[in-house]
Amino acid sequence: MEKAQIMDAKAMDRAVARIAHEIVERNQGTEGIVLIGIRKRGVALAQRIQRKLKEFEGADVPLGILDITLYRDDLQQTGATPVIRSTEIPSDITGKVVVLVDDVLFTGRTVRAALDQIIDFGRPTAIQLAVLVDRGHRELPVRADFVGKNLPTSKREVVAVNVEEEDGFDGVSIGEVAQG
Amino acid sequence: MTGRKHLLGLEELTAKDIESILDTARSFKEVLERPIPKVPTLRGKTVANLFFEPSTRTRISFELAEKRLSADTVSFSASGSSVSKGESLKDTARNIEAMQIDMIVIRHQASGAPHFLARSLNCSVINAGDGMHEHPTQGLLDIFTIREYKKRVEGLRVVIVGDIAHSRVARSNIWGLSKLGAKVVVCGPWTLMPLEVERLGVEVTSSIEDALKGADVVNVLRIQLERQEGSLFPTLREYARCFGITRERLSVAKDDVLVMHPGPMNRGVEIAQDVADGPFSVILEQVSNGVAVRMAVLYLLSGLEAGDKLE
Repeated sequence: MEKAQIMDAKAMDRAVARIAHEIVERNQGTEGIVLIGIRKRGVALAQRIQRKLKEFEGADVPLGILDITLYRDDLQQTGATPVIRSTEIPSDITGKVVVLVDDVLFTGRTVRAALDQIIDFGRPTAIQLAVLVDRGHRELPVRADFVGKNLPTSKREVVAVNVEEEDGFDGVSIGEVAQG
Repeated sequence: MTGRKHLLGLEELTAKDIESILDTARSFKEVLERPIPKVPTLRGKTVANLFFEPSTRTRISFELAEKRLSADTVSFSASGSSVSKGESLKDTARNIEAMQIDMIVIRHQASGAPHFLARSLNCSVINAGDGMHEHPTQGLLDIFTIREYKKRVEGLRVVIVGDIAHSRVARSNIWGLSKLGAKVVVCGPWTLMPLEVERLGVEVTSSIEDALKGADVVNVLRIQLERQEGSLFPTLREYARCFGITRERLSVAKDDVLVMHPGPMNRGVEIAQDVADGPFSVILEQVSNGVAVRMAVLYLLSGLEAGDKLE
């Protein structure tokens, strides 16, 4: 059940723009940066950051797609085998600065899986993490470098990030887990 | 594949199950092309490979697939084991299971051996070839290879040539391909045809020329010299002359015909040297695809806790 709208399309766009600026500032430009979106919604967000970087800096930053299914540590707990989608990493990431992009940062387990996978592809100089929403409740020592919005939540709440590319509209909302 | 615990044959799978395995295999093929072709997916799972019959390719392929998924593996071959002291299949398997094995890959000379284990044990069972019955992962990798090259299976004319009666590869291919809508033609001497072969829903002919006309795929079976014993055909030379796949014979097939063989090949008997190594041959590609397909099967069957009865 949806409780509250946290961000609308405009607010999301502003947050993405700010993240793009911060990426440029932190890395003093876009040289050597590779964006990698975590499926599914991280990919749409990474593409937006890529467009902003083109707009602000005139830079063509390469973009990769990561599917972390095979690196999950809860395969045996889910009881079902999730569908694996493809992972596409553009060229060699050794010596590059990888900016990992995801929609929500929660327990940190998805990020851990993504880090394991990226390291199997090469040895980047650094890996930075950009998320649209940080909702807390970390189970692992992970923190984001770029955050669109910090959103304190209870564990009983769910955060839904919707993106035009996947869901037909942009917005972040918070809801209650259905009791049942 | 959701809800299945074993892979015993393609006969019991639906078209949707088969497609889900093939789609998953495509993802694993991509994993195999990575700089480090290994993922931690089955970390903590243990797979036992029970090979009661000699095998090189299938066994290595399964072992590689298991290692690429980070599973722990133990291997067993009948020679040099307690089987030679008269231990029964069930006792062997139960002992292995008592050592906390999650999955068993079994090759056995008796048709139905994997089914028997699946009924007796709690762990997942994968059939790696049972007697003259099925060889489902070979069937799947054949279909995977066909789909990769032809982009579809439906409507293709697939000819299977050789010893259909003794071939588990033929049976798995027939079931799998027919379910996905291919037109399957089997060709070979009548002495090597199973009884009532038409009931499998295939076209049957003993004329190699008729069979190959307009073929999209030719799957050449190995003449199983070790299983012949009796005189099912006069001589190897005569078999080669009547059914051997040569360049000349292939000229009536489609221009982009695929030539497949499950291996090991008897060059110059069922397949001519220049066809085996020729431009239509995808035989080595089949071997590479085998690892990806077996990874997909292991992955899809691993989603359940050992002990769940969901079949």
